[in-house]
Amino acid sequence: MMESLNAYEYYAYENRPKIRWPNGARVAFWVAPNIEFYELNPPPNPSRKAWPQPNPAVPGYSIRDWGNRVGHKRQMDLLEKYGIRGSVSLSVALCDHHPEIIAACKDRDWEFFSHGIYNTRYTYNMSEDQERAMIRDSIETIHRHTGQKCAGYLAPALSHSENTLDLFAEVGTELFGDDAGFYTCDLFHDDQPTPVQVRSGKRFISMPYSLEMNDTIVYAVNKVEPRHYLNMLKRHFDRLYEEGAESGTVMCIPTHNYQISCPHRIKAFEEALEYITGHSDVWVATGREIAEHYLANGYDDARTAIARQNGGQR
Amino acid sequence: MSLPDDYLDYPWRQYGNDHNRYDWSMLTDRPPVQWPNGKRLAVWVNVSVEFYPLNQRGIPFKVPNGMTMPYPDLRHYSLRDYGNRVGIYRFLKAFDRYNVTPTFALNGQIAERYPSLLSRLADTGAELLAHGWNMDHLHYGGQDKAEEAEQIKRTLDTLRKHSGQSIDGWLSPAKNQSENTPDLLTAEGVRYCCDWVNDDMPYPFRTEQGDLMMMPLPTELEDQFVIGNNLHSEDSWVQQVKDAFDFLLEESATQGGRMLGLNIHPWMMGQPHRIGCLEEVLEYVSGHDAVWQTGSGEILQAFQGQQGSGREASS
Repeated sequence: MMESLNAYEYYAYENRPKIRWPNGARVAFWVAPNIEFYELNPPPNPSRKAWPQPNPAVPGYSIRDWGNRVGHKRQMDLLEKYGIRGSVSLSVALCDHHPEIIAACKDRDWEFFSHGIYNTRYTYNMSEDQERAMIRDSIETIHRHTGQKCAGYLAPALSHSENTLDLFAEVGTELFGDDAGFYTCDLFHDDQPTPVQVRSGKRFISMPYSLEMNDTIVYAVNKVEPRHYLNMLKRHFDRLYEEGAESGTVMCIPTHNYQISCPHRIKAFEEALEYITGHSDVWVATGREIAEHYLANGYDDARTAIARQNGGQR
Repeated sequence: MSLPDDYLDYPWRQYGNDHNRYDWSMLTDRPPVQWPNGKRLAVWVNVSVEFYPLNQRGIPFKVPNGMTMPYPDLRHYSLRDYGNRVGIYRFLKAFDRYNVTPTFALNGQIAERYPSLLSRLADTGAELLAHGWNMDHLHYGGQDKAEEAEQIKRTLDTLRKHSGQSIDGWLSPAKNQSENTPDLLTAEGVRYCCDWVNDDMPYPFRTEQGDLMMMPLPTELEDQFVIGNNLHSEDSWVQQVKDAFDFLLEESATQGGRMLGLNIHPWMMGQPHRIGCLEEVLEYVSGHDAVWQTGSGEILQAFQGQQGSGREASS
């Protein structure tokens, strides 16, 4: 085991080269709906149990199934109302199980990125070949069903190996060159995109995806009241908007259709979207659009600044 | 440690669900439902009337809201029993005041322990549902099938005998099931079950004896979940129920009839400092012209009257 992660270098949140978003926007705002499939009876992984009780885990399985049967459409309609195209963190097996959802998102020109095959198949204890095959399957599946070359990754159920980011970058390159596999949502160390070192040397970045604003963390882990979540979202946005006058920031709301779309919670989410999109100088974008803009306009300056900050080492 | 190669095999990776119990369909792809008399939102208030044994076995897990202290946990035993002695009677007054017709889901053992309570509830004319034998008799994966069958039969027989009602509906303790539960329920004449929360409307669930209807009763809006599990305030619970009500009512204006299922517990909302919040909720959800406030059996009957089993609708 490693004491620290080698994926990025220290990079102070002051005196950074300015990030300039299109049209002078202060904040790049994106919404990442996790569209997930949890299996009723997945094979065991020695490091993590999928469900707390013996099969069938009706309570956990059925609320997540509710998300796809009922919640997805509600969230999709809401995002459409506020002119937001989702960047879908996808359990790619859902392309086979629920193609109606994929088609509806595709019709709306949403982005799809990989969130593994199922959210009940963990990376833990996979060999490098197994993880590579799983990632390859996920990128190929997205391409086969949507025509998109998968740009981003969020490991299934946030289960990682030491090689996860390297493998994602490499498989993306093998399949589609620089058009795929260039951003990760797995790191929570920054409010701006930052360069990530992968072993192939590929131009690869971290995209802010905020676990703090993630509805499942908010509701299921921190057990926040829906109206308070609205306050949190507004405060989060306000500060990033203020700081964005100096250098562009990124705000992401990661969602789950089985959390955000519940009838007792959706109103709070709607008010947050109304508030955020009601501001000028907000670039409403997808993860891929933000990543591409940053790679083309901010990445090199950041690499130089990081090297300078760390005494020329790279 | 390493994983076997078949960790990357996905035998159910195909259209639909990863099991055969019910068909996959999105709510918005089904024909709209019309409730009687032009009503748009069916509001179903269910009261779970529960017995938590002092000598909790916790098989295969400790039921949420059950005993947590070393034996004898007088604290939780008596707090839960408070609901059956005091809280429920506050509920009954509140239902009268706001003209609400609830359903009562009872542990079978309630009928034996508190026959006068059972009679009192049955005399309101409300529909009674079975809620398992008691809160420490969970239905669970790997449970002996004969044992579970006996548990279900004993529960239904006891409630049917003491109430004179047919007892058509079932709610498992903690909404937990074994792989056999739905089959065993239909075998004992249960018509509908409230355990699976995967929809906002009734839908058919396959069993060995034919379809069991599923009547979703959302866990995440329950008093015990919001206040007890999430530790939100009573006022926040009121706000959340009102928000859910408003949202479903609005959705029903364009997408056909909707249903709001609200599960409450006398040991939780029957406390003196909480009952006013329940009354505020009852007033809010029962006072609207577009609301059809009734029990689960009637809602299901109206649904099946126009949607059949619901299976055609979801094909």
